[in-house]
Amino acid sequence: MSVYGLTYKGIDQVKGPLVIMRGVPGAAYEEVVRIYSEDGREWFGQVLEAGRDKVVIQVLGDTEGLDSNAMVKFTGSTLKIPVSDEMLGRVFNGAGEPIDGGPKIRADDFRDINGAPINPAKRDYPDEFIETGISAIDGMLSLVRGQKLPIFSESGLPHNEVAAQVARQAVVPGKAERFSIVFAAIGLKYDDVLFFRRQFEEFGALSRSVLFLNLANDPVIERITTPRVALTAAEYLAFDLGMDVLVIITDMTNYCEALRELSSAREEVPSRKGYPGYMYSDLASIYERAGRIIGRPGSITFMPILTMPGGDLTHPIPDLTGYITEGQIFLDLDLHNRGIYPPINVLPSLSRLMKDGIGPGKTREDHKEVSDQLYAAYSQGTKARELVQIVGEAGLSPREKLYLEFARRFEREFVAQGFRERRSIEETLDIAWDILSILPEAELTRISEKTLNKFHPKRRIAARAEGE
Amino acid sequence: MSELVYEGKGVIVHIKGPVVEAEGMRGAKIREVVYVGEERLIGEIVRIEGDKAIIQVYEPTGGVKAGEPVERTGEPLSAELGPGLLGQVLDGLGRPLEVIAEKAGGPFITRGIKAPTLPRDKKWQWTPLVKPGDDVVAGDVLGTVPEGSVTHKIMLPPTIEKAKVVEVLPEGDYTIEEPVVVVEHIGGKEEVKMYHKWPVRTPRPFREKLAPVELLVTGQRVIDTFFPIVKGGTSAVPGGFGTGKTVTLHQISKWADADVVVYVGCGERGNEMTDLLHTFPKLVDPKSGKPLLERSVLIANTSNMPVPAREASIFMGITYAEYYRDMGLHVVLTADSTSRWAEALRELSSRLEEIPSERGYPAYLPDYIASFYERAGRIKVQGKRDELGSVAVIGAVSPSGGDLNEPVTQHTMRYVGAFWALDKDLAFKRHFPSINWLRSFSKYTGGLREWWIENTGHDMMAYRDKAMALLQRASSLEEVARVVGEAALSDENRLVLLSAELIKEGFLVQNAYHEVDTYCSPKKQALLLKTLLEFYDRARPMIDAGVPISRIAEMKSLGLLRRLKFVPEEEFENAVKEAIAQLEAEISSLLAEVR
Ligand SMILES: Nc1ncnc2c1ncn2[C@@H]1O[C@H](COP(=O)(O)OP(=O)(O)O)[C@@H](O)[C@H]1O
Ligand SMILES: Nc1ncnc2c1ncn2[C@@H]1O[C@H](COP(=O)(O)OP(=O)(O)O)[C@@H](O)[C@H]1O
Ligand SMILES: [Mg+2]
Repeated sequence: MSVYGLTYKGIDQVKGPLVIMRGVPGAAYEEVVRIYSEDGREWFGQVLEAGRDKVVIQVLGDTEGLDSNAMVKFTGSTLKIPVSDEMLGRVFNGAGEPIDGGPKIRADDFRDINGAPINPAKRDYPDEFIETGISAIDGMLSLVRGQKLPIFSESGLPHNEVAAQVARQAVVPGKAERFSIVFAAIGLKYDDVLFFRRQFEEFGALSRSVLFLNLANDPVIERITTPRVALTAAEYLAFDLGMDVLVIITDMTNYCEALRELSSAREEVPSRKGYPGYMYSDLASIYERAGRIIGRPGSITFMPILTMPGGDLTHPIPDLTGYITEGQIFLDLDLHNRGIYPPINVLPSLSRLMKDGIGPGKTREDHKEVSDQLYAAYSQGTKARELVQIVGEAGLSPREKLYLEFARRFEREFVAQGFRERRSIEETLDIAWDILSILPEAELTRISEKTLNKFHPKRRIAARAEGE
Repeated sequence: MSELVYEGKGVIVHIKGPVVEAEGMRGAKIREVVYVGEERLIGEIVRIEGDKAIIQVYEPTGGVKAGEPVERTGEPLSAELGPGLLGQVLDGLGRPLEVIAEKAGGPFITRGIKAPTLPRDKKWQWTPLVKPGDDVVAGDVLGTVPEGSVTHKIMLPPTIEKAKVVEVLPEGDYTIEEPVVVVEHIGGKEEVKMYHKWPVRTPRPFREKLAPVELLVTGQRVIDTFFPIVKGGTSAVPGGFGTGKTVTLHQISKWADADVVVYVGCGERGNEMTDLLHTFPKLVDPKSGKPLLERSVLIANTSNMPVPAREASIFMGITYAEYYRDMGLHVVLTADSTSRWAEALRELSSRLEEIPSERGYPAYLPDYIASFYERAGRIKVQGKRDELGSVAVIGAVSPSGGDLNEPVTQHTMRYVGAFWALDKDLAFKRHFPSINWLRSFSKYTGGLREWWIENTGHDMMAYRDKAMALLQRASSLEEVARVVGEAALSDENRLVLLSAELIKEGFLVQNAYHEVDTYCSPKKQALLLKTLLEFYDRARPMIDAGVPISRIAEMKSLGLLRRLKFVPEEEFENAVKEAIAQLEAEISSLLAEVR
């Protein structure tokens, strides 16, 4: 006794975004339903609880105007979108419907927006260095193809610029690739969307981009589907068509807030700050869709953007994200206020996949050690800076003064660069050596003798002098 | 998983995520495995109410409808134990991921796949150790087969208390389905195959639990020297994201001097499993000379795989570990992360509408954590042999917001012998392993003095105490310096800071990705720490003689000492001599200057 394609008239209860029906024994868990009101309006919904006696449906979109006379049609299928190469250059809403006035997509296939977990044994390990041309990233937070590396930001900081600069400049040195961008806006202002559009247009990527837009005034509930729809498109481009896809999704904080809203409408027991206890697993089902697969040419590199409420790294949204993603790029209000662009604070930032993406044959043999030393030295420098607040610069020891100077130069010369400036990894590492060489060699404990001999500017000069 | 199916089938009446209610289930047992729906998804009964059973389903339930059948198996969730475990990558239910990929026809995991853990067609080289007429008891070795890097003992399963051997297959190659031995006991004749099944939630029996006393060498200095774990011991690694939990567990899985390693990736990243799969075949186990993968069982139930299976994966892993322990082997089980396992429990509990306790976790969380760590230990094995085996358990804990004041960390702390508290501030400055030396502990240090003396000739625990005292002095001086500036401290105190810094940089910091530094033998650890501690003793007289601290800090030999750890083992003793010689030379010339 199946209700596939069957249409029922009458619902028992509407409770926020939930519709409750009785006497629909054959409804399937998670199947999609369409609801029609008598005045011809239409809603999308999904079965949350399927029972012999009771069915609970989650409605996508505002339930205003829904009443007990509505008709409910059970489709017998989960939420799917059509995919094909015709998506490139097109703009869709958060449910995957075109909103650019163009024709419908002729589907090559229909895919479940939830995807399916990649078998861990079939993942290919991401180890190809992507040169973004941004020193702080390339030198100390190297991005590799297939990585999920979010930007942790705050409102008012230039996270859009950083993401756009990465999209514009990123290349895998020595590799021809079929590059494309999947961009998803969640609860964004139109201005921000326009910014990205113009950027993509400017560097000629619009025809290789797919845009999914859920704007601030669009249905909150579609914020739940937007990232899933976008990643379904990305998976098709990457693993069916073999493209190297960069996925930018902003702002994941709006996604999490929609999830909280939904959870509270379902009257679930909340976890920290009202977010549902399953938010970790929910976010993982999105983020883990990035990666590479053995035997398939494409890749999904994922750069989500989220704003940390109150700039708090321990807030559940950045916290749970950091537990899932392969590192984070942390934008810092203080650096921004001091005029440093990009305001990347490397200390709380991390790239977990850096270790296998750098080194001889990929970037340069000194890369790892230089990066480690920069971290250690910069952290000494920031410690010295804190001390200045208390005892004044005069109270510092000579060693602390040196580190203070190091931190200044590190921020101004290494981290800071132009929005349109593209540095090669060699340039980035050379700048690093320049700054490191103001420290006595005994301080360079993260760097081996061998590397010092080969790369330390003073030793190179000495070696040259000896040779002459 | 058994295919035995009971006559009567139940009927699904309600589906809500992974929790399914079925009627017509009278006679079903709690914890019984069932197949749910037309696709026969794997589930386990978690509650019985009269004729109704509440089932936790280990696979996604999208598309399942009321009215679909539920089949019973009559068996609890069990692990297949026998040759063929080593080198495998399994999901949380013990299904080989390679077989899943084959059956799914692609890289994405689909539902309803049945795949036995052990390969059925593979032949193993059987050497019998019993003959007809022999009396045997549970745990006795019937024969052996070589497996990966171990000699796999085929034992009389714990379920047969005692019996007489009636038939034995001669030496030769057999699959695990062939009965290699037939025994006779009170119940009649019984065929014994090379494998058997064991319910994962039941600890495997042993003769006696013994106090663990032998260092589990991990090659990680701060662990072995400062907060050691022993064979059969337990440890927890709590820390916020990015503090180094996973790297610590990976390092231990690679370098620990164990016979078998079980790594459980529970609710964590897919690429971290891929990383292991990439490196383990390439790294060589120094004990056997074979690839590390051949001493390992990897369980991967990543964060995007079904949540309920996380709960099962930990029990599956510990059962495999106990099985190899029963062969008289030393086993290490690492679980990343036990918090995801506890959260899976919380999710289930909340769906069952149980009354929540702290932070929504069920009131039985502490018992649950204890039941896991309790399965670690050093034991006398079953059977008529005098063999010892051990399982050491090391669990990562992922506290929300990095705050150790949360139930999983707090309850775990009560049951473990060692506690490696990772520190965000250390991680931010790339001081790895970021084990905070003031907040961590190990209850095993007391018993290890002898071990160090016997194995390295050094009284390492004395060095440890001395280094610890220095670090503690330095950290109170740092408090002062944070207010008045380092320049305001006396030269004597600044020497303490400098010497502590040397211990931190030169000993505690250890780079997992450095080809030499990634592993440090106990001998090297001892000599290194002894040498670095000498710096303070030798430099101290200079302060009295009036050598300014700034000159001491500039000594070239200090750089040599800081980098000694990077010197390979073979060249190490010489490098130490050279560094000391240079230190002495610099000291005498500085002393000469002030005189
Ligand atoms: N012993 C170590 N040596 C070098 N780097 C380390 C070490 N431990 C951790 N790291 C660095 O820290 C990062 C995060 O470590 P990880 O173990 O993944 O953290 P967690 O599991 O706590 O989130 C790693 O990607 C690596 O860059
Ligand atoms: N189901 C749950 N999942 C995750 N966290 C929860 C859950 N229930 C409660 N919490 C967390 O525990 C905190 C306290 O929970 P609560 O039940 O209100 O206990 P109390 O009565 O002691 O305040 C909540 O603020 C929340 O952070
Ligand atoms: Mg981890």
